[in-house]
Amino acid sequence: MLALFYILIFVAVGVSIWQITRILNFRGSIANDKDNAAQGKNAIYFMVILYATMIYTLIAMNVIMLPEAASLEGEHDDNLFNITFWIIGIVQFIMQFLIFYFTFKYKGEKDKKAKFYADSHKLELIWTVTPALVLVVLIGYGLWQWNNVMDISAEEEPLVIEVYSQQFRWDARYAGADNTLGLGNVNFIKGINTMGVDMDDKNSQDDIQVTELYLPKGRKIHFKFRSQDVLHSAYMPHFRAQMNCVPGMVTEFGFTPKYTTEEMRQNPEVIAKTRGINKIRKEKGEDPYEFDYLLLCNKICGASHYNMQMKITVVEEDEFNEWIGKQATLAEVIKQ
Amino acid sequence: MSEHHHKETFVTKYIFSQDHKMISKQFLITGMIMGIIGVFMSMLFRLQLAWPEKSFTIIEAFLGPHQSDGIMSPDIYLALVTIHGTIMVFFVLTAGLSGTFSNLLIPLQIGARDMASGFLNMISYWLFFLSSVFMVISLFVEAGPASAGWTIYPPLSALPQAIPGSGAGMTLWLVSMAIFIASSLIGSLNYIVTVFNLRTKGMKMTRLPLTIWAFFITAIIGVVSFPVLLSAALLLIFDRSFGTSFYLSDIFIAGEVLHYQGGSPVLFEHLFWFLGHPEVYIILLPALGITSEVISTNARKPIFGYRAMVGSIMAIAFLSTIVWGHHMFISGMNPFLGSVFTFTTLLIAIPSAVKAFNYVTTLWKGNLQLNPAMLFSIGLVSTFVTGGLTGIVLGDSALDINIHDTYFVVAHFHLVMGVSALFGMFAGIYHWFPKMYGRMMNKSMGYWHFWLTIITAYGVFWPMHFMGLAGLPRRYYTNTAFPMFDDLADINVVITTFALIGGAAQLIFLANFFISIYRGEKATQNPWRSNTMEWTTPVEHIHGNWPGKIPEVHRWAYDYSKKVDPNDDNSDYLHGEDFVLQTTPLLEGEEPS
Repeated sequence: MLALFYILIFVAVGVSIWQITRILNFRGSIANDKDNAAQGKNAIYFMVILYATMIYTLIAMNVIMLPEAASLEGEHDDNLFNITFWIIGIVQFIMQFLIFYFTFKYKGEKDKKAKFYADSHKLELIWTVTPALVLVVLIGYGLWQWNNVMDISAEEEPLVIEVYSQQFRWDARYAGADNTLGLGNVNFIKGINTMGVDMDDKNSQDDIQVTELYLPKGRKIHFKFRSQDVLHSAYMPHFRAQMNCVPGMVTEFGFTPKYTTEEMRQNPEVIAKTRGINKIRKEKGEDPYEFDYLLLCNKICGASHYNMQMKITVVEEDEFNEWIGKQATLAEVIKQ
Repeated sequence: MSEHHHKETFVTKYIFSQDHKMISKQFLITGMIMGIIGVFMSMLFRLQLAWPEKSFTIIEAFLGPHQSDGIMSPDIYLALVTIHGTIMVFFVLTAGLSGTFSNLLIPLQIGARDMASGFLNMISYWLFFLSSVFMVISLFVEAGPASAGWTIYPPLSALPQAIPGSGAGMTLWLVSMAIFIASSLIGSLNYIVTVFNLRTKGMKMTRLPLTIWAFFITAIIGVVSFPVLLSAALLLIFDRSFGTSFYLSDIFIAGEVLHYQGGSPVLFEHLFWFLGHPEVYIILLPALGITSEVISTNARKPIFGYRAMVGSIMAIAFLSTIVWGHHMFISGMNPFLGSVFTFTTLLIAIPSAVKAFNYVTTLWKGNLQLNPAMLFSIGLVSTFVTGGLTGIVLGDSALDINIHDTYFVVAHFHLVMGVSALFGMFAGIYHWFPKMYGRMMNKSMGYWHFWLTIITAYGVFWPMHFMGLAGLPRRYYTNTAFPMFDDLADINVVITTFALIGGAAQLIFLANFFISIYRGEKATQNPWRSNTMEWTTPVEHIHGNWPGKIPEVHRWAYDYSKKVDPNDDNSDYLHGEDFVLQTTPLLEGEEPS
C-alpha cells in the first residue's frame, strides 16, 4: 500500500507540472546565438570541474588503493599497470580538453562559416598507426607477463595448496610431506570429510586441511581451486592473483609471496591506509583494524557472497615449517 | 505501402500498427517505461550501498516481503542488480535504442515507404512487449526475481537451492529472454533486408548516412550472435527443468550430491559471452551512428572521414565477435586462449580511437549549434573516451587478473556503453522528436537535463575506478564485512548522492518529453536544416512517408557548408545555404564529395 502511496504522489506531481505548463509558454526549441554562447561557456566550466575532479581524485584517492604487489609476479603487473595508466591518462587529458575546448571555441554564430573539411588521409593514417604502435608495446609486455603468471609447470618444487570453496566459506588443503594432493570428489563428502577427499588414495593420507592460509615467503605456491556448489572466485588482491573456482573442474594459479604479513604492515602505503581506516573506525567506536592479507570471493555466489573471506598469513619459511609440522594430517583427523 | 486507401481503426493505427513510424514510437515508450523501472532499481540498491544499516520507508514500500524494517535482504539486493542489468542492457539500450531509431530512420533515410515486412515488424514489437511483460511479472514471484547476475552463470542460476531467485523468477527470466531474442532477430532481419533492397534511386551504399550504416551493421551482429544466447538459454532450461547436465557437474549442495555429471559452467560462459560481448556493440554502434549524424548536422560540417567511419564500424563489428574471451581470462579456460583474446581485444582500441579522433576533428572549425541533441552527442564522445580508455587496462589479461569483477569494471562499462549509449539515445530523441511527434522539445529543459546528467554520470562512475583499484568486488551487498574497505564508505555516500540527483534529473526529461508531445512548439519540415531524406517528408505522418514519388538521391548526406571555392573557407555557399539535401541534384561542374 505504501508503494501505491509513493506512486500516487509521483502522479500528483506529474499532473501539477502538467497544469503549470498550461499557463507557461512552452517555447524555445532551436539553439540561437545566445544559447550557443551560454552552452559554450558551460562546456568550459564543465571542463574545469572535470579536470579539477580528475586531478584531485588521482591524488587524494591514492591512499585508498591497494598497496604495492606482495608477490614477485605482481611486480610486473604493477609496472604494466603504471605504464598503461600513464598512457591512457595522457590521452584522457588531451582528448577531454579538445572535446570541450572545441565546443567552446567553435560555438555557432550567425555569420560564421564552418570549414568544409571532409577527409585527410594523412591525419587518419597518423591516428590509426599511433595507437597501433602503442598497443604493440602494451600487448607485448602484457602477453609476456601473462605467460609469466600462468606458467606454473616449470617451477622447481612449488608448494601445492588446494583452495576449496562452498557457499559461503573457504577451506584449504596442503599437500603434505609428499607435496601431492589426494584425489577429491563431492561423492566423498561425509561427516568431517567436508572437502570430499578420497581417503583410499595414498596421497591423501598426509594432506592437511585448514581454514586459514599460511604461506612461506619466497617460495612459489601452486594453487589448485575446486568448488563444491556454484562458481566462486578466489581473489587475493594484494598478490595480484585471482582464479575462478569451478564445480566439476580444477583450476590453477601460482605466485610467490614477497613480503611477510609483518613486513607488509610496515609498508608506508599500508600504514597510511590503515591510519585512514582506523580514524573512521574510531569515530564509529569500533576496534582498530590491523592489516592482513585476505582471500575474497569475487564471483556472485548467493546471499552471503559479500562476506566470504579467508585470512592469509605470510611468514618466513622456517616459521611456516614449524606451523605446518603442528597441523594434524587428514589420516589422523578422519580416523579419530 | 499499398497505394489503395484502407481504413484505419484505432487498433490498426495505434496498437497493431504496421507503420514503422508508429512501431518506433511503441518501442520508445516501452523502452522508457522499462528504463524507469531499471533506473529506479539502481536508486534502491545505491541507497543500500551508501547507508547499509539505515532504514528507508521507500525500501519498505517497494520491496515488501524482501525487506525487514526498511532494510533490504541480501537476496533482493542481488535480484535488483540482476534485473537492473538485464533491463538496461536488453530492454532499454537494445530494444529501446535500436528498436526505436532503426525503425524510425531506416525507411525514412534510405527513401523507402516502409520496412520490407510491416507485418514482421509489428510481430517484432509485440514479442518485445510480451517479453517485457514476462520480465515485469517475474518481479512479483514469491521467491523474488532472477538474482544470479545479468550474466546468469550456472550453477547459481540453475539451482534454486543456491539462491531463491533461481526458482520461478529465473524461469520467467529465461522465457522472457527467449521471446526477446525472437523479437530482436525478426527486427534485425527486417532491417538488413530493408537496407539491402529498398533504397531509393541513387542511394548507393556509399551514400548511406552513418546512422544507417550503424543500424545495418548492428543488425548483422545481432543476427550472428543472438541465436547463440538463445541456445545457451535453452540448454540452461534443459538443465534446470529436464535434468540434463550441459553446464553442471559434481555438485554437492544442501546436504546432498546432485546427479549432474560431465557438464561445465565454462561452456555456458563461452556461449553467453559470444553474444554478451557483441551485445556491447549492438548497444553502442547505434548510439555512435546517431552521434555521427547529430554532430555533423549541428557542426554544419561534413563528418570527418566518412569512409574511415564506415570502415571502423565494420572493423569493430568483426572484432567484436572474436573477443568474447576477455570476460573469461580467469574462468579456468586455457591460458593460451587468454593470450589470443588479449590480442584481439586490444585491437578494438584502434577503430575506436579512429572514431573518437574523427568526432573531435568534425568539431574543429565548425559552426556548432549547441542544441540539446548536440550536447548529448558531445557528452557521448567524452564518456566514450573516458570509458574506452580503461578498456585498455581491462582487456590486458595480465592486468585483468587483479581488477576483474571489481568496481573498476563497473565504472568502465557503465561509462563506455551505459552512459554513452544513453547519451546517444537522448541525442536521438531530442534530434528526431520533431519527426516523431511533429513538435519540438523545449531546449531550456534539455540543457538542464544534459548538464545535470553528465555531471552526475561522472560523479557516479569516476570514483568507482578507485574503489576497484582498492580491490572492492562488485555485487557486494555491503562492504562492511571487510574493515579494509571501511575507507570506501564515504565514497559510496558521494556516489549515491550523485546517483539520486542524476535519477531525479531524468524527471526533467520525462516532463519535457510528455509535455512536448502535446504542447511543444510546432515543428517545421526541416528544423535542424539537415541533409538527410527524412526531412523531406511532410511533418504530418502519412502511410508511405512521401505523398508522391519517392525522391531520388544525388549526393552523400554530409554536404554541409560546401563552398564555391573549396580552398577558401569564407567564400559563398555553393548552394546558397549551409546545407544541401541529399535529393538536390549536383550543379553543373560540381564535384561529388
